[in-house]
Amino acid sequence: MGFEKFGRRSFTAMTKTAKFVDLLAEGKVDGTVCKKCGAKFFPPRADCASCFSKDMDWYDVPKKGVLETFTTAQYAPFGFEADPPYTMGVVNFGEGPKLFARLAKDIKIEDIKVGMEVTVRPLKYEDGQLSFEIIKA
Amino acid sequence: MAKDVAVIGVGQTYFVRGYEGSIRELAFEAFREAAQDAGVAQKDVGASIFCSAPEYDKQRSPAGVLAEYLGLIPQPTFYIETVCSSSSSGVKVAYSMIKAGLHDVVAVVGFQKMSEITSAESQERMGRGADIQWEAPFGTMMPAYYALYAQAYMAKNGLTPDDLMKVRVKAATYGQINERAVYRKGVKPEDFDPNNPEAKMAGPVASPLRVGDCCANADGASCVILANAEKAKAFSKKPIWIMGIGAASEAVNMSARPDFAKGLSVGYAAAAEAYKMAGVTAKDIKVAEVHDCFTIAEIMAYEGLGFAKPGDGKALIQAKETYKEGRIPVNVDGGLLSKGHPIGATGGSQIRTIVLQLRGEAGPMQVKDPDIGLVHNVGGVGLYGNVTIFGR
Repeated sequence: MGFEKFGRRSFTAMTKTAKFVDLLAEGKVDGTVCKKCGAKFFPPRADCASCFSKDMDWYDVPKKGVLETFTTAQYAPFGFEADPPYTMGVVNFGEGPKLFARLAKDIKIEDIKVGMEVTVRPLKYEDGQLSFEIIKA
Repeated sequence: MAKDVAVIGVGQTYFVRGYEGSIRELAFEAFREAAQDAGVAQKDVGASIFCSAPEYDKQRSPAGVLAEYLGLIPQPTFYIETVCSSSSSGVKVAYSMIKAGLHDVVAVVGFQKMSEITSAESQERMGRGADIQWEAPFGTMMPAYYALYAQAYMAKNGLTPDDLMKVRVKAATYGQINERAVYRKGVKPEDFDPNNPEAKMAGPVASPLRVGDCCANADGASCVILANAEKAKAFSKKPIWIMGIGAASEAVNMSARPDFAKGLSVGYAAAAEAYKMAGVTAKDIKVAEVHDCFTIAEIMAYEGLGFAKPGDGKALIQAKETYKEGRIPVNVDGGLLSKGHPIGATGGSQIRTIVLQLRGEAGPMQVKDPDIGLVHNVGGVGLYGNVTIFGR
């Protein structure tokens, strides 16, 4: 399975981190952690930006975080015209890398607040594309 | 103040929708004005640097093509790109080449013909100036990215949509008196009223940003001609010296951004470097151009540049301190919001404004006798930051 399966529409066909998509299919949202120096990365990287190692492991992103910020898009770029309105946000887990994704459609827009407790889950679109989304904790 | 490298000529086209000409003709207009302003001929220019955001033109590798059209061959020519801050980056490279003694006079030409593609295509390309592997698959676009900063900033600092509106009203105040601006109309608070069916600025784009919070796309070109001390004194009666240059970069993905409520880290980093090199502080700046691609970006710039303490940026616009008569006039040429934002041309246009201000040649936009001015130019969503300080 290639990386073209990632997201609503992928702009990248090949990456050494394409296993991320397989992990989504298994129900996991994972970043990478450097086996040599312990640096953690989300989104995942194949190469360590700290120590040059390419020896990486996968780790599950934390279960709980807070919504640091968000925005609801009322119109969309070319290729995403059918989607608005949709909300995108950043989850802060308290430590380590944050996470950027869309918020689940079933959260009412007026209920979305900075600082709300959230978690992250994999998402499969009807056309088979795989992604992940932010949901209420 | 070190007087090593000066701006000796500036030029800018009218910023327009749908320029009726090609990119080479667009670039020529800006270069001709700058060359005539500096009093240089093509033979006096030792090298040229062309700056734009890629993927708007069918022309690959535009530097060589434009250099020929401007009459700047066989001198060396280069293409420099940091999206929206491309021409500020070009000026930094030109400064370095002159300081190194490689060239006496260098022309930096920024250009963009955004109308080559549709608005929707443009949004998609701009979104791809961010993280195409991990973020574009969610349907990102520039207003949404800046909206993430705006939302966090509002939640922490009590900024309101009305405060953002005030930035737009200020920009339009000066867009009306800048004959080169793309948006020449005034903007009133009623234009942001969602209950007013005539309100052009009220439409939601990416919450909390509305139509009026977003800058105007435009076609345009700018040119800045720089020279070493000897040539600056020979060519120019009013050389404007580069006192300090700061530049920084930041992680592309939002997951690695330190603090959305604080604003763009590149703004802080580039400012600190430029102030240190110039040996001045925020209090010494008499006029500034900041990167107001969105209203929130201007508020965050006030803080990154030290014009206001973190969280206090709104007080400056509420008290009209950044108007022409205020404590620190900002974007009194209409800014990106009203003057327009032809991506690659923007930094050079901002520099032109400050150079004209320091020479006392800014016409109806003139601030009272400024001696030091600053340009803050950001590329992408704070992916690149550039701050350049100029003195007479």
